[in-house]
Amino acid sequence: MTPARLNHIIAWSLLVFLVAPALIAIPVSLTTENYLSLPWDGISLQYYREVFNSPEWMSSFLQSTVIGLTSAALATVVGTLAAVGLWRLSSRWGEVVRGLLLLPLVIPPIIAAMAFYRLFVPLGLIDSYLGLILAHAVLAAPLVLITVGASLAGFDRRLEQASRNLGASSAQTLWRVILPSIRPGVISGAVFAFIASWDEIVVTLFLSKFTVYTLPRRMWNGIRENTDPAVAAAAVILLGVTFAAFLIWGIAQRRAAKPQSKST
Amino acid sequence: MTRTQRLNPAWFLVAPLLALVAVMFAGPLVNILWLSFTDPEPGIANYAALIEKASLQKLLWTTLRVCLITTVLSVVLGYSIAYAMANVAESSRQRMMLFILISFWISVLVRTFSWIMLLGRNGLLNNGLIELGLISEPIAFVRNELGVLIGMVHYMIPYAVLPILAAMQGIDGRVLQASRNLGASPAQTFWRVYLPLTKPGVIAGALLVFILSLGFYVTPAILGGGKVLMVAEYISVQVLITLKWGTAAMLAVLMLGSVLGLLYVLSRFMKLSAALGGGRT
Repeated sequence: MTPARLNHIIAWSLLVFLVAPALIAIPVSLTTENYLSLPWDGISLQYYREVFNSPEWMSSFLQSTVIGLTSAALATVVGTLAAVGLWRLSSRWGEVVRGLLLLPLVIPPIIAAMAFYRLFVPLGLIDSYLGLILAHAVLAAPLVLITVGASLAGFDRRLEQASRNLGASSAQTLWRVILPSIRPGVISGAVFAFIASWDEIVVTLFLSKFTVYTLPRRMWNGIRENTDPAVAAAAVILLGVTFAAFLIWGIAQRRAAKPQSKST
Repeated sequence: MTRTQRLNPAWFLVAPLLALVAVMFAGPLVNILWLSFTDPEPGIANYAALIEKASLQKLLWTTLRVCLITTVLSVVLGYSIAYAMANVAESSRQRMMLFILISFWISVLVRTFSWIMLLGRNGLLNNGLIELGLISEPIAFVRNELGVLIGMVHYMIPYAVLPILAAMQGIDGRVLQASRNLGASPAQTFWRVYLPLTKPGVIAGALLVFILSLGFYVTPAILGGGKVLMVAEYISVQVLITLKWGTAAMLAVLMLGSVLGLLYVLSRFMKLSAALGGGRT
C-alpha cells in the first residue's frame, strides 16, 4: 500500500472519529434501561416522552427557541445594516470599524461572559430574557456582518447608482434593490445567529439563574456521571434543531448558487 | 463637490451595531482592565501574584501544557485529513468537507456529553470492556487530563484542517513534478518540497487552534472533572463563587492580551476574515 493510500484511510477514519462519537446520544436516547446504555434489547421512546412531558424541559425548550429567534432577528437587523453601511463607506475608517465590530468573534466566550456580567449586575439584567437576548445578539452580529459582507462583495455597485438615479430614496434602494440581491447572505447570517444562540452555554452560565433556563443550561446541570438518559434525548432534540437549521442554510445556499453559480 | 466635515449618512447604518458592541464589550472590558489594577486595592498586586503564588503558576502551566499538546495533535491529525482532501477528486473532497462542516455544527456541549457517555466510569466503553472480561476495573478515560485532551483535540481538528487545506490547494503541482524529475523520491519530495510549501497553512492552523484552546471552557470543565483546572474555569470560579474580581480580571487581561497578540501574528499568515469565519461561513 502506498503512503498516500494509507493516509487516505487514516483521514477517513479521522473524519468518522470527528462525527460519530458526537452522535452517540441518538442510540443512547432510545435505550430501554434506566441508565446510559445502548438499546440492545429493543428501543423505547420513553425518554422522549419524559422530556416532552416534563414542564422543566419544555420550558427550557421554549425559552431557547424564543431567545434564539429574538436574538437572531436583532443580530440580523443590526448586522445587515452595519454591513451595508460599511460597504457604502468603503473607507479606511470603515475597515477599522469593521475590525472592531468583528472583535466579539475573537474574544474568548469566558471573557465576554465576564464583561456582560459586569455590565448587567448594576442594570438588573441578570437572569432576564432581555439580558440574554442582548448578549446573544451582540455575540452573533459579527457572523451576520461576515456573511452579508461576503454577499455584498459580489453585488454590482452600479445597480445601486441606477436605482438612485431613477429617483429611489436611499431607504427604498436598500429595501428593494440591495436587500433582494444579498438575501442569501442575510439568510445564512440569520441561521448562524440562531444556532450560535441555540447552542450557547458559557455566557448563559453567567447570566441565567432561575427564571431564564435555556436548553443547554439545563443539559449542563444534567451532565453527571450517572446521567439520566433523558439528557441524551434532550441532546438529540438540540441536535435535531441544529440540523434543521443546517438544512435551511444548505437550501438557501443552493438556491443562491443556481443563477450565478457563486457561493460564499 | 466641496469637501466638508459632514458625516457620511452610511455611518447611521453602522451606528446601532457599533453602539451595541461599544456598550457591551468596550465599556466592560475597560472596566475589567481597571479592576485588575484596583481590586481589592490599587497597585499591581494581582499581577505580582503570578510570580508569588504557586497555585497561579500551576494554573498557567496546566493551561499552557494542555493548549500546546492540543495544538500539536490537532495540527498533525488535521494535516493528514487536509492532505487526503487535497489529493482526491472534487466529489470526494466535497463528501469529506461535509464531515468537517457537520463536526463544526455539532454543539460543543453535546460533544462533551457524548464523551462522558462513551468514556465515563460507567460509560459504554468501560461497561463493554468489563462485560467482555477484558478489564475488571473501569479505566479512567475522563475526569483527568487525558479526557480534556480527547475532547479538545476532537473539537479543534476542523479548525486546523481548513487553513492547511487552503495552503495545499495553493501549491503548483508542477513544482512537485519538477522535484520528481530531478530524481527525488516521493518521500523526499514530500519532506523537502511539499511540507515546506504548506508551512504558512500549518502555522496559521496551529495559531488558530492555540488561540481557541486558550479560552476554552466547556470541555475542560466537564471532562477535567475539576481536576484539570485551566484559566477559563478558574475565572468563572473567581467571578461566580469566590467573588475575587481582581484576580479574575488580571487573568482575563492576560488571556485577552495573549489572544489579541497571537491574532496579530496570525494576521500575517492568513486573511483574518477567513480565519474568523471558521467553518460557519
